[in-house]
Amino acid sequence: MATRQTQSLARLMRAPAIILLLIWMVVPLGMTLYYSFLNYNLLNPAVTSWAGWFNYQYFVTDPAFMAAIVNTLVLVLGVLAITVIGGIAIALLIDKPIWGQGIVRILIISPFFVMPPVAALIWKNMIMHPSYGVFADIARFLGLQPVDWFAQYPLTSIVIIVAWQWLPFATLILLTALQSLDGEQMEAAEMDGAGSVSRFIHLTLPHMARAITVVILIQTIFLLGIYAEILVTTNGGPGNASTNLTYLIYRAARLNFDIGGAAAGGIIAVILANLVAIFLMRAVGKNLD
Amino acid sequence: MGRITLENVTKRFGDVEVIPPLNLDIDDGEFVVFVGPSGCGKSTLLRLIAGLEDTSGGRILIDGQDATETPPAKRGLAMVFQSYALYPHMSVRKNIAFPMRMASVPQDEQDRRIEAAAKALNLTDYLDRKPGQLSGGQRQRVAIGRAIVREPSAFLFDEPLSNLDAALRVGMRLEISELHNRLKTTMVYVTHDQVEAMTMADKIVVLRAGHIEQVGSPMELYRAPKNLFVAGFIGSPKMNLLSGPAAAEYGAETIGIRPEHIGVSATTGTWQGRVGVSEHLGSDTFFYVEGTGLAETITVRAGGDIDLHHGDTVFLTPDTAQMHRFDAAGDRIAAPI
Ligand SMILES: Nc1ncnc2c1ncn2[C@@H]1O[C@H](COP(=O)(O)OP(=O)(O)O)[C@@H](O)[C@H]1O
Ligand SMILES: [Mg+2]
Repeated sequence: MATRQTQSLARLMRAPAIILLLIWMVVPLGMTLYYSFLNYNLLNPAVTSWAGWFNYQYFVTDPAFMAAIVNTLVLVLGVLAITVIGGIAIALLIDKPIWGQGIVRILIISPFFVMPPVAALIWKNMIMHPSYGVFADIARFLGLQPVDWFAQYPLTSIVIIVAWQWLPFATLILLTALQSLDGEQMEAAEMDGAGSVSRFIHLTLPHMARAITVVILIQTIFLLGIYAEILVTTNGGPGNASTNLTYLIYRAARLNFDIGGAAAGGIIAVILANLVAIFLMRAVGKNLD
Repeated sequence: MGRITLENVTKRFGDVEVIPPLNLDIDDGEFVVFVGPSGCGKSTLLRLIAGLEDTSGGRILIDGQDATETPPAKRGLAMVFQSYALYPHMSVRKNIAFPMRMASVPQDEQDRRIEAAAKALNLTDYLDRKPGQLSGGQRQRVAIGRAIVREPSAFLFDEPLSNLDAALRVGMRLEISELHNRLKTTMVYVTHDQVEAMTMADKIVVLRAGHIEQVGSPMELYRAPKNLFVAGFIGSPKMNLLSGPAAAEYGAETIGIRPEHIGVSATTGTWQGRVGVSEHLGSDTFFYVEGTGLAETITVRAGGDIDLHHGDTVFLTPDTAQMHRFDAAGDRIAAPI
C-alpha cells in the first residue's frame, strides 16, 4: 500500500463499508440526540413538544443518578479486579501440564458460552437463593444463618455473577500471553538467582502487560452496559442499591415510558463511556503499540 | 575456582537415553568445547551441568562438592543462551544488573561492575536501550555482560554464535577468547561448528549420540583422531577417508589423509586423476579430484597460485607420515606405517 495509486484505490474500496458503518452509527445516535430534547412520553405519544435541556436536568438531578454512577463504577472495577487477578491465577495454574488438561480447560472456558440471563437465573435460583441455593446449603451445613444474597448484598452478588461470566475470557487471553513467554528467559532468570515470586514480578507480569491491557479495555466496554443480570436478579433494588446507569435508562424508558428522559440518559451514558475510554487509552493504552 | 567433574552422569527423557553414563573432568580455568553434530546431546549435557535438567543418574561435582541436587542459582555458574534470553522490557543496564539485584549486591558495587562490563564489551553507549533496539552481536554481548557481572566460577555457553552472520561470528569468537584470557575463568562452550572448537578450545570433547568419542587438545584431535568419526568431524575441509584396495595397501580397512597432506604434481604420483571443481580462496586452493580409480572423490589443498583447471590431469601423492589408518571397527591403528 505504498504508492499513491494503491492508496486511493484502497480508499475507494473500503468506502462502502465505512459509509455503511457511519450510517449505522450516526442515525441511531442522531435520533437519540433528537429525542433527548423532546417531551415525549409513550403514555401520551400524540403530545410531543420541545423540551430544551429539561430532560438532561431531570435525569441528572434524579437522586438515583449519582447512585447509578457509583454502582456502575463499583460494578466495572469489581469485576475487572476479580477477572484480572483471578484470570492470572487460573492461567498460571492451567499453564502447567496437569492430568486431564484438555477437560479442565474446556470446563474453565464454558461459563462464557452461557447467555447472561440464563447464567443470572441459575445463580439466582440454584446458587444464591436463601432457601434452596447451594450457598445456603453450605451455610446450613456449617451451622450458619444462610445469606439472602440479593437482599443483603445486591451489588456484590451481581459483581460475582458477572465476574463468573467474564473470568473465562480473561483467563483465555492471559493464558495465551503466558504461553508465548520464552522458556529460556525463565531459565536465564532462574540461573540469575530469581525465585518464583521474583520471576513472576520481573518477567511474567511485564510480559503479560499487553494482554492485561486488552482484557481491561474490552471488558470495560462490555461491563459499562451490564443490564440482563440486573433485570433478572434484583431489578435494580432494593431501592437503587444495584441500579447502574444502563438500568436507570431502562427504567426511564420501559417503566416510566419517558422516551425523552431515557434518550437524555443514553446520551449522558455515551459521553461518560467515551470519557472512560479516553482515560483508559491514556492510562493503559501506551502498552499497545 | 571452577572445577567441574561428571561421574557416570546419565540422562533419559522417558525411555530415550540421551546421555549414557558419561565421565568428564573439567579443570579450573580451562576452555572446554563440546562439539558434535546436531541432536547429539550437547545442550542436554550443558543443561545438566547448569542444573536446568535433573540427572537420571550419576553425580556432578563442582569444586569437589556434590552439586547434583543443588538448584541452578546456587551452583555459581552463569549461562549464555543461544537465543540470548534477554529480558525484553528491561534496558540493557537493568538486564545486566538483574542477577546482582537478585543477589542484593550493593548499588555502588552494581554500578561499578556494570560500568566495567559495559566498557569491556563496548556497550557503554547502549546501556539505556532495550534489547529490541540492538543488533544481534550487541544482544550477544549484553548476554555475556549479564553473565560476567555475576563473577561466576564457570561460564556455560550454548551455541552463542549460531545466530550471527559469518563476519560477526569471527569477531565474537575472538572476543570470547580474549575474555577467557583476561578472566581465566572456566568456560564450557557448546557448538556444532568444528572451526569454533579448533580455534577456541583448550580441550575439545567430541560427542556422538551422548557418547564421548574423544577428549583432547585441538592439535591432539587433529593429529591423532581416535576413530573415523573424529577423523571425519575435525578439520576443514574434511579428511579424505579411503577404503578398499587403496587402504588394504597400507594394511588398514580405511585410511585417512587430510587435503593438506597430499602432494600435487603434473607428471608423477601415486594416484592419477582429473581436476573437478576447484575453490580458489586466494591463500589456498581446494580442488576435488575424480577418476583416480578410487571410490571417493579426493579433496586436495594446494597453494593459492597453483595453475590447475577443470579437466586437467594431476598426479597425487599422499604423505604417508601424515596418514591415519583405521581398522574394521573404525578405530585408529596406533602403529606407524
Ligand atoms: N525435553 C526433552 N524431551 C525429550 N527429548 C529431548 C528433550 N530435550 C532434548 N531431547 C532430545 O535429546 C537429544 C539431544 O538434544 P540436544 O541436547 O538439544 O542436542 P544438541 O544440543 O546436541 O543439538 C535430541 O535427540 C533431542 O530430541
Ligand atoms: Mg543444542
